[in-house]
Amino acid sequence: MGTAFYIAAAVAVLSTIMVITRYNIMHALLYFNVSMLSVAVVFYLYGAPFMAALELIVYAGAIMVLIIFFVMMLNLGSQTAGEERSWMTPGVWIGPSVLCLVLLAELVYLMVQPADTGAEIKVVDPKEVGKSLFGPYMLAVELAGMLLMAGIVGAYHLGRQKKKIVHRFLENSPS
Amino acid sequence: MINATTAGLVLAGVLFTLGLISMLIRRNIIFMLVSVEIMLNAAGLAFIVAASRWGQPEGQVMFMFILAMAAAEVSVGLALILQLYHQLKSLDSDEASRMRG
Amino acid sequence: MEWMYLVPALPFLGALILILFSGKIGKPGVIAVGCGSIGLAALVTIVAGWQFMQSGVPAFSQHLWEWLRVGDFSIGVNLRLDALSLSFAFVITFVGWLIHIYSTGYMSDDPDFARFFACMNLFVGSMLMLVLADNLLLMYLGWEGVGLCSYLLIGFWYKAPENGAAARKAFIVTRVGDTAMAIALFLLVQHTGSLQLSVVLERAQSLWAAGDPTVVWIAFLLLGGAVGKSAQLPLQTWLPDAMAGPTPVSALIHAATMVTAGVYLIARTNVIFSLAPAAQTAVAITGAVTLLLAGFSAWVQTDIKRVLAYSTISQIGYMFLALGVGAWSAAIFHFITHAFFKALLFLGAGAVIHALHHEQDMFKMGGLRKSLPGVFLVFLIGSLSLAAIPFISSGWYSKDQIIWLAGTAAGGRPVYAFAAVLGAFITAAYTTRMMLLVFFGKEQTHVHHKPGPEMMVPLYVLAVCSTLAGFLELPHTLGHFTWLSDFLQPVLPEVVTQHASVAAEWGLQTITAGLAALAIYITWRLLNAPFPKEAGAFLKSGWGFDAAYDVLFVQPFVRIARLNRKDIIDNVYTGLAAITRGLHRMMSATQSGIIRWYVLGVVMGAVLILSVIIWRHSM
Repeated sequence: MGTAFYIAAAVAVLSTIMVITRYNIMHALLYFNVSMLSVAVVFYLYGAPFMAALELIVYAGAIMVLIIFFVMMLNLGSQTAGEERSWMTPGVWIGPSVLCLVLLAELVYLMVQPADTGAEIKVVDPKEVGKSLFGPYMLAVELAGMLLMAGIVGAYHLGRQKKKIVHRFLENSPS
Repeated sequence: MINATTAGLVLAGVLFTLGLISMLIRRNIIFMLVSVEIMLNAAGLAFIVAASRWGQPEGQVMFMFILAMAAAEVSVGLALILQLYHQLKSLDSDEASRMRG
Repeated sequence: MEWMYLVPALPFLGALILILFSGKIGKPGVIAVGCGSIGLAALVTIVAGWQFMQSGVPAFSQHLWEWLRVGDFSIGVNLRLDALSLSFAFVITFVGWLIHIYSTGYMSDDPDFARFFACMNLFVGSMLMLVLADNLLLMYLGWEGVGLCSYLLIGFWYKAPENGAAARKAFIVTRVGDTAMAIALFLLVQHTGSLQLSVVLERAQSLWAAGDPTVVWIAFLLLGGAVGKSAQLPLQTWLPDAMAGPTPVSALIHAATMVTAGVYLIARTNVIFSLAPAAQTAVAITGAVTLLLAGFSAWVQTDIKRVLAYSTISQIGYMFLALGVGAWSAAIFHFITHAFFKALLFLGAGAVIHALHHEQDMFKMGGLRKSLPGVFLVFLIGSLSLAAIPFISSGWYSKDQIIWLAGTAAGGRPVYAFAAVLGAFITAAYTTRMMLLVFFGKEQTHVHHKPGPEMMVPLYVLAVCSTLAGFLELPHTLGHFTWLSDFLQPVLPEVVTQHASVAAEWGLQTITAGLAALAIYITWRLLNAPFPKEAGAFLKSGWGFDAAYDVLFVQPFVRIARLNRKDIIDNVYTGLAAITRGLHRMMSATQSGIIRWYVLGVVMGAVLILSVIIWRHSM
């Protein structure tokens, strides 16, 4: 376990903390991108270079950019920051945070408990992943494809602006 | 000194918990969507770590499915948020509740 | 005799046809079915009775089918023909048939013509079921059936609320007695293990010694049932109000047949009453007191039908007195003659009421002797019977026998005889008063229309029967003819008389006749004499029984009901509902629609589960 992992892990945790404490949504999203990048590094360190690449391309590249463009389209930027600030009183966040930290403590306790006999990191060849994807998981891949298709259709249908129907006599009148 | 698997899982747990906290304390719907992404990402990390622990490809296969699901979810979720914003002129998730419970 | 099942079956069939097809067969069809079924039943009864008398067997029973079976306990739909049930069945079908014919005229203008005949047929069928039943449960079925028909027919003109109230009153008051009878049946099943009449009576004799508390209880409970149905003290209050029904109903149900069901029940279970001397004495006392009280009440009534109603109560009191002193056959004799002359009187009163356009107040009648001569004649014959005028009326023969036996039979006492004689005096007095008010004096209401032949012919037949029925039995003084007693011998125990001379009977008969003549004379002279007003009102209300029951039972019940208006026991159930509702509110409070709360729930669940796992792990 090298220094690289600790640095990447520290960056990931810190940037995620920044994500959840920002009032400005654009800042939060950019910090989230940083978090993605460091997680990609962790993927690489854990012997999954192909997944690290996918993380960069799909998550940081596509999904995050989609959200960012969406926020820009709504022109939210700094407008909602004040509102966000007014919602974030200590009374709101202390309770859930403590509860979640308890949950984390329990998780860590359970993960540390069974003193795993030093298994080394094994590199999984992308070829293996590809073989099992199009071998035993063929059906799941098909289902994932259909899910994406449904996502595209749903997004188109929901995101479509409804055409306003105005009577033709009223079209010219200033409204 | 903890071994690599435990360290990776702890990192995944920390990230997941942060996403959960964000989910609980935010009212802005876009932030909630981002929180879900954080948690999904953390879950994916756990799969990758497990895959490397056993040297099996299944963990990475699962990560790819999570990726596909996250993409679909974000696209539909954003479209829903768009509709909601047009309806309510607000991103406050509490506004959308008409229940009186 | 094998056709005996037709006797109750024909009226039931008629009722069924009338209920289902009354709209299709029209009025002539209704008459044909309604009267025809009863007429055929009467014919079958006569034929079966003839065969029965020829055969000489003491009892003939017919098993139709098994009604229910629980373990060894089995109830069959069995009919039983013996002297007692034959007497009743004959009177029911024959008098019932005449009343049906009469009703075709009386009810001809009524829009619910078919409903009337359906109820009447149902009644006749139920009553026949009652008297022909071979076991007490089937008898109870008929018993309740006649109660139902009584309710339906008293409230026949249901559009007037007071008629409905009278019907309900009759139903509820008789229900008190019916409950007592049901308990008596339970006790009989418990102790004898059967409801078959012959078995019950046989086992009762071997099971209980005379005066055993159990049998006394059973006898008293049976007496309760009989008292309710026969309108005797203390459950007599329903009968005067039952006059709200059409007059043929009063004649058939509330004078001739149904109200004598109690007499039938006691005569049928005479073994049990013989084993319970206390109960039998109670029967006699009930009869004696009732006949006097009802007689006095009849004396001051203004409504002609109420006079006859109280008179009916009084005459059934005579029958109870006869049963109580052990003069079983005398009671049945009086039942037969009473059925004829009381049906005659009621139908005659109905003819008068019909002619005067539903006027029932006697003080608004008068002088009808000239305008309704036929009705006057038959009414006079009926009145002579009721007043027990010697030699020429059937009522004299039966009533005289009861008066004589009240003093001289095994259970007889001079005081009973005295009550019976006094009752005869009052009976003569109120009968004379009724005759004078209705048929003599000045005409006050013009006769609307005269009764047609379909009403008059039954009256003539009944008038003949009222005269001739008395010759079924003749007293010692007139040749000692005892056909009916001999006929009833196999069923009813012989009348045991204390030693008494024929001369004493002559003396009693002379006194009775003299008192009747005196009563007629006094009433004639004092018809319009002033009468103490308060006493009159008291007697007219039937000795204030209704008011007393109102204070004793109705008002406390109403008060309790009012206390329990919020239904205390129901609170348990509403409480259950309230608890459920509270839980529902708690559950629905979690459904806020605010997503963070849902997530919080999930997190708390996860914390809980992990805590449990860690706790188990560290153990």
